[in-house]
Amino acid sequence: MVIDCKHVWDHISGYLDDTLSAEVKEQVQLHLEHCEICSAILDSTRNILILTADERTFELPLGFSERLHARLDEEIGGFEPAPLKSD
Amino acid sequence: MIEGSTIPEEGQLIASILAGNTHEFHSLIRPHERTVYVMALTLLKNEADAEDVAQEAFLKAFRNLKNFRSESKFSTWLISITLNEARSRLRRKNAVPMESLDEPSDEQGHVSPALLRDWREIPSEAVERLEIRQLLQQAVADIPLIYRETFVLRDMEELSVNETAETLGISVAAVKVRLHRARIMLQKRLAPQLKQVNPKRRWLPWL
Repeated sequence: MVIDCKHVWDHISGYLDDTLSAEVKEQVQLHLEHCEICSAILDSTRNILILTADERTFELPLGFSERLHARLDEEIGGFEPAPLKSD
Repeated sequence: MIEGSTIPEEGQLIASILAGNTHEFHSLIRPHERTVYVMALTLLKNEADAEDVAQEAFLKAFRNLKNFRSESKFSTWLISITLNEARSRLRRKNAVPMESLDEPSDEQGHVSPALLRDWREIPSEAVERLEIRQLLQQAVADIPLIYRETFVLRDMEELSVNETAETLGISVAAVKVRLHRARIMLQKRLAPQLKQVNPKRRWLPWL
């Protein structure tokens, strides 16, 4: 069966995750071989997902870690098991 | 689920913390700091709130550590605590018009991608440019919350579809639909923008 561009767009995400049924996957692949627009959509989507997932895209603010561990030290102190009394 | 189990060192650390070596909590969470912060930032879209929520999430994880069940991943557990913290923060800020978690009215509708004739790969190094980072950050921030949650868990935190569904309390099918929409929204917005960014334009890196 030949599927049109709009159908292919519905399957872009599934195609990237490789969760399509064998039949649909083959239809999409066949379409992609001949359609430069859908190929460009697929490539750009894949590329954009790699960029958004890149660790450098969203960075930790300066001093985040220091502030976090200082806060933990403060608060965890109060939760330590009650010390054994030696007297 | 076999894939979901905690890595052995983590299991030992957790046992040790529960036995009273609370200082080891610092080592336990170090590998997860970025994940938790980015999750909070993506949901709250504000650095100060995100940092605060991240700290709260870690504290909550510490206080509830005894409830952690080792058949799940510690990272997934942390993420679901962070999600809840972020959601309740969003609710508290509700006085300001809040983003709806209801399905947008076009839920049945179709999200169409940006049409291009060709695509030249944007190399990962491009994210070292502030200009590119800002484009990406803004595009993610502008995805409606309901889709953004799914996108963050699955595509940024790299949870499996099943873990994402479980964390969000929605069906696997819903995860797939929301993920698809989020991805196509990003493509629609970013593909034309990124295409125009000339990789050779290296001057004015502060723009």
